[in-house]
Amino acid sequence: MTVVDQGDDAAKEELPTPSYRSLAAPLTNPVDKFALLPAFLKVRGLVKEHIDSFNYFITRGIRNILRANNRIEARNDPNIYLRYTDVYVEKPSVQVDYKIERITPHFCRLTDRTYSAPIKVDIEYTVGGKEYILKTKRNVLIGYMPIMLRSYPCVLNGKDEAELARVGECPLDPGGYFIVKGTEKVILIQEQLSKNRIIIDTDSKGRVIASVTSSTHEIKSKTVITMDKEKIYLQLNQFTKPIPIVVVMKAMGMTSDQEVVQMVGRDPRYADLLFPSIQECASERIYTQQQALQYMDEKVTYPGAGNQKEGRSKSILRDVFIAHVPVKNGNFRQKCIYTGVMLRRMMDAILNADTFDDKDYVGNKRLELSGQLMSLLFEDLFKTMNSQAVELMNKNSDKTRSSPLDFSQLIKHEAITTGLERAISTGNWDIKRFRMHRKGVSQVLSRLSYMASLGYMTRITPQFEKTRKTSGPRALQPSQWGMLCPCDTPEGEACGLTKNLALLTHVTTDQEEGPLMNLCKSLGVEDLSLLSGEEIHAPGSFLVMFNGLILGKHRQPQKFANGMRNLRRSGKIGEFVSIFVNEKQHCIHIASDGGRVCRPLIIADKGRSRVKEHHMKELRDGIRSFDDFLRDGLIEYLDVNEENNALIALYEHVDQDGVERSSITHIEIEPLSILGVVSGLIPYPHHNQSPRNTYQCAMGKQAMGNIAYNQLFRADSLLYLLVYAQRPLLTTKTIELVGYDKLGAGQNATVAVMGYSGYDIEDAIVMNKSSLDRGFGRCIAMKKYTVTKENYGDGLSDRIAKPQRDQNGVLVKQNMRALDEDGIAAPGQIIRNHDVYVNKQTPKNTDRRVAGAPLADRDYANAAVTYKGIDGETTVVDRVMLCSDTNEKLSIKCIIRHTRRPEVGDKFSSRHGQKGVCGTIVQQEDFPFSERGICPDLIMNPHGFPSRMTIGKMIELLGGKAGLSCGRFHYGSAFGEPSGNADKVEDISNTLIKHGFSYNGKDFLYSGILGHPLEAYIFMGPIYYQKLKHMVLDKMHARASGPRVLLTRQPTEGRSRDGGLRLGEMERDCLIAYGASMLIFERLMLSSDPYQVQVCRKCGLLGYYNHKLKAAYCSMCKNGENMAKMRLPYACKLLFQELQSMNVVPRLKLA
Amino acid sequence: MPKKGTKSKKVVDDVANEQENKLPDYLELQRTRVVCNADAPIHTLGFQYSGAFAAMGVDNSVSVEKFCKNFKVEINRLTEDDIEFDMIGVDASIANAFRRILIAEVPTMAIEKVFMADNTSVIADEVLSHRLGLIPLDADPRLFDYISENDVPNERNTIVYKLHVSCPKGSQRITVKSSELEWLPEGSQLSMASSAQSGDKQKTFTSFSKSQKQILEKPLGVKFKDITIARLGPGQAIELEAHAVKGVGKVHAKWSPVATAWYRMLPEVVILEEIKGDNAEKLVKKCPVNVFDIEDLGNGEKRAVVAKPRACTLCRQCVMKDDGQKIELRRVRDHFIFTIESTGALPPEVLFTEAVKILEEKCEKVISELS
Ligand code: SF4
Repeated sequence: MTVVDQGDDAAKEELPTPSYRSLAAPLTNPVDKFALLPAFLKVRGLVKEHIDSFNYFITRGIRNILRANNRIEARNDPNIYLRYTDVYVEKPSVQVDYKIERITPHFCRLTDRTYSAPIKVDIEYTVGGKEYILKTKRNVLIGYMPIMLRSYPCVLNGKDEAELARVGECPLDPGGYFIVKGTEKVILIQEQLSKNRIIIDTDSKGRVIASVTSSTHEIKSKTVITMDKEKIYLQLNQFTKPIPIVVVMKAMGMTSDQEVVQMVGRDPRYADLLFPSIQECASERIYTQQQALQYMDEKVTYPGAGNQKEGRSKSILRDVFIAHVPVKNGNFRQKCIYTGVMLRRMMDAILNADTFDDKDYVGNKRLELSGQLMSLLFEDLFKTMNSQAVELMNKNSDKTRSSPLDFSQLIKHEAITTGLERAISTGNWDIKRFRMHRKGVSQVLSRLSYMASLGYMTRITPQFEKTRKTSGPRALQPSQWGMLCPCDTPEGEACGLTKNLALLTHVTTDQEEGPLMNLCKSLGVEDLSLLSGEEIHAPGSFLVMFNGLILGKHRQPQKFANGMRNLRRSGKIGEFVSIFVNEKQHCIHIASDGGRVCRPLIIADKGRSRVKEHHMKELRDGIRSFDDFLRDGLIEYLDVNEENNALIALYEHVDQDGVERSSITHIEIEPLSILGVVSGLIPYPHHNQSPRNTYQCAMGKQAMGNIAYNQLFRADSLLYLLVYAQRPLLTTKTIELVGYDKLGAGQNATVAVMGYSGYDIEDAIVMNKSSLDRGFGRCIAMKKYTVTKENYGDGLSDRIAKPQRDQNGVLVKQNMRALDEDGIAAPGQIIRNHDVYVNKQTPKNTDRRVAGAPLADRDYANAAVTYKGIDGETTVVDRVMLCSDTNEKLSIKCIIRHTRRPEVGDKFSSRHGQKGVCGTIVQQEDFPFSERGICPDLIMNPHGFPSRMTIGKMIELLGGKAGLSCGRFHYGSAFGEPSGNADKVEDISNTLIKHGFSYNGKDFLYSGILGHPLEAYIFMGPIYYQKLKHMVLDKMHARASGPRVLLTRQPTEGRSRDGGLRLGEMERDCLIAYGASMLIFERLMLSSDPYQVQVCRKCGLLGYYNHKLKAAYCSMCKNGENMAKMRLPYACKLLFQELQSMNVVPRLKLA
Repeated sequence: MPKKGTKSKKVVDDVANEQENKLPDYLELQRTRVVCNADAPIHTLGFQYSGAFAAMGVDNSVSVEKFCKNFKVEINRLTEDDIEFDMIGVDASIANAFRRILIAEVPTMAIEKVFMADNTSVIADEVLSHRLGLIPLDADPRLFDYISENDVPNERNTIVYKLHVSCPKGSQRITVKSSELEWLPEGSQLSMASSAQSGDKQKTFTSFSKSQKQILEKPLGVKFKDITIARLGPGQAIELEAHAVKGVGKVHAKWSPVATAWYRMLPEVVILEEIKGDNAEKLVKKCPVNVFDIEDLGNGEKRAVVAKPRACTLCRQCVMKDDGQKIELRRVRDHFIFTIESTGALPPEVLFTEAVKILEEKCEKVISELS
């Protein structure tokens, strides 16, 4: 009620209304559900999916792997064996001189170590000899496992802020990455098609295919059933040709055609579609299982291996064909049923195109996280280690037995340690077993800004190659709603393929299957083995699919689903189990596998939220946590598939158009949670044109600011910091949730939107010099320079010498002025271009050493390391760190700091994808000023608005201005107006008016140059501006003459080599077209590589100039008679000579 | 809507024109007022040309007599560090010249060189120096000379401050405030590093011939004692010497003697057409700074009147919608409400006289150059 002073009428209205509600009134007052978000993030953290996944691997995955491969034995004596009984990962530590020392992540970062923990096993083994002795051993080291920060084994796990500060860690750092050899590495989330699910699709030729990618611990296989010319075939890599599907069925023991048809379904239309295939089978005269297997045996790719009794194709059918469906005691029935279902789905798709699966549908995707990837790698390495041990054992046992045969001596831990370390540091995941060769799985965590590192943690990389020009997978999928951020995707080739998780998304980990299966059975799922094909597909009954396996059927699907869901809500089964009733396929899918994306939603009964005000009060009072909401069945996780069974309302109190309230089953927690972490920074993103938000997502990661609380103690190779980073005046709820208000990357600049000086075209901005003087946009760039003191063995090593001085104590060489007396640059010293920062000297002779005598000064050659900076800039040595690296060499790290103020050409951007360079810097007195004496910090050209349509930026300005005048941070959360998480423009305008501003944010400005008022009201107010990492100082480059390439004598290329600016092909074309021949000559020859040669007029070959005789000479003609002087590019001369060396004679004909 | 102005003649009466030839009201309005319409201000530039109205027999030139006659300064508010005064009867260019000179050309003292002996705080040397530079010093710049590149720092051109703070181990974190800056009237105490030779007096970075205490009547310090310079954690220390020199704001904003200096033209709010009754009430409520008031006309009739036009912030609420047409917002073109916020080196009124002196100097220079 804003109308307070409407006079008497209003006063009457103010009277308490009777507590009676009309039936049409909203059922409840809106409950402020926002508090759930911080509560959720408190229990989950921002990167919980990574940590959860890794934790699962450490606690359970690794055990399962061990259990599956727990016994190794010698080949020729099975009594000599080793059995792993238990495995555990300890706290991260290193072994230094036989002493075990605990390590912290920050220590590893600074000393280039790997943050890893020992993996220890308990073993039981026999020692061979005359008799076998059974021994047990505990705490046997089998390798070091890189530890994810903030996971269970990590020292940071469960620490509070003060404790984190004590170990040098930033409390806002989300963890979820690894530290390998001192660099922070993230294992990116990998997107894949879901395993063990039937996907109906069409191939490139338009044929309908049903494919299943089976994945078990032993094998990964892809089974494809295609329909080609009305006949249905099975395609497997193991077979050279497609096999008619009926033959396959027969080979699996389904010899009667009727049975086959029944398996698919009795609908005559199915039979019609199946008929040609049956006919084909019959025409091949295959009637029995034996015949079918024989037929298939002929088509096996590598027939040589199949010399067992049962035949090759049978083992393929058992082990490879839909490998995830188990074959128990040689009974193929389950596989038959599964094949039947595949066929049936295929035919459904043929009959009704709606039932095709969408490969881009998020429900058909699985996200592979670090835990899964690590476990793949670990299993492989573990097996390698074991097989190496067996190999050694075999070798040993073949030899004469001098020592007892003992497996425990043969377990070498290097394989796992280096294997894991190498994989994470290079990002190459090579797993021989699955023929998996992936590149770029792990990447260096970008520490450009806090947002950049957060963005890395939520990034999802696709499995497809990026070059494909397909648009399908790149398009925004409706099923991404709430799971994947619609804004945050890169531009260019990876556009739409690389995605980011939304704020509330959770990625599941595997869950125990056994109990769930039993539970389903007890809820009335009928076992398949008891049912005939006829019964399986009886109308009205639904198949129950459990993680892609057919569990059985149920006659009352809805009742069963509700039962399961109730169990889930009451916490009897895992909260991430999804129950999805697919009406179209007559299936109930129950999923408990890992890698599904899901998100929490408030449960609503007939449209009424289960979360009531008193729950929220308890949450605010701290009595209730997010987990309590889950436990009490107020909130549940839904995955993408189950969302199809739900009707989700945005708000409880807002009437959704045309939707029956009672049919609503869930309510969103907060609409802003459909965006991710990075796009959450944008104020009022829902008012912007959508690509602008995408641009901002890319730019927010390049903005300079504060990186972490420990930023000044870090040793990154390049670090950009903003000196006076601010918290945005117009914030969003996401900003507060992720801590961007504590580690901001930008400053609130007062912006006037107007034209000024003409230096503001093309998005350039005009900056106020006084603002820059006062510290606006000032940044620090810190670079790390590492010098290692090399050891050459034999006690020989580099040495670091003091700077040389003459007898007066004056430095002999001026470029040593930055050095301390120890020969290393002193912290705080100003260091200029060409200054020495480590005065290193290397022994001249490293292989021979004068018998034990210490080397004299003259035995050392100078190898001083000089700083290559920009002339005229004063850079300062910030810190010098000495540590011994993993090879026990002394490594000296100098961190050199450069404080920069903005200059013309530096790049700035607001939070709305509006980047621009600084066009000019203008004195404050020339800047316009308002009636209140306010002078803008920068001027932006209004042409930036019409085509970009970033209304959000305008509202940000208004909101910021209102915030300044009333002293309250205004909010601009996405879609936040109805729930009060974003201030409405109307309210903002009212605040502005109240404080004497115009409602539209436009002020009356005076020209700073002439002093008269400007002939327009100027839109002026604060906008959060980011300084981007692209600075002129790092890019400017020009050269007159300079270094040349040795081979061609042409100028070098690139800024780093002080190279020339190339006059390229196209530029050359222009000059040719214009006819500027002399210019071409000058550019391509005189300014590049002119060279004088002696050419023999007669033979046309190059001769030489004999300086002694002062005459030119042709070595071909053996005389100097017909020589001519000529100039040509050196590269040309080089070409001639190279051609000659290949027996091609280039001859010059001189006119 | 200049034509409407003709209806209320009394508003344009301050420029009395001796000549018989008078401009028509609407032109006079254009000449002397900026009209701030709801969408945009109009007539912002005014008539600069002296012969703009020659055809009508009106002289539009600037003359000293006119200036002397019309020019007036009224001080509204004067405190230790800010002043607000009305400057009446000058052109915007003159007022702006003062503003620009105040910001950019009146000299002050500011720290320019910092000699770091020790800085173990989290704040980088350059940033610390930058912060020190921006601290307003309580030193009258008129007592000092400019220092040029080759000059030796002496007691006439350099002020030396010392900052030596440390936070002992095991104690609480401390905040270093500007009050810790200590004036060294005898000059620098740091000895130049290269002069390792024994004998003689240690060479320092300044060569003061006598103590500044003898020159100045009051001790120098900083203007505000509570400016945070840095924070120190236990075991950290800062030891430095800062040399302040004279400079102008053009070179760096730290030498600007004002936080800001600006003017605004005197607002003039005119009710063109009578607003009565409820509409008057509404109008009064619309204005956030209470420019309007209600006049009781007796017999229950109410009329809106302009009570405090000076307060108008030009939010343009009153000229929007409803009765918008009936009100006109204007600015008096030659009446400036000038505000100077001093940073503290000099009192604001002195700053203005300094600015006048500088303008005078400039004029003299131009005149002498021309003659
Ligand atoms: S412009 Fe605004 S402040 Fe000025 S009189 Fe009208 S309502 Fe009042």
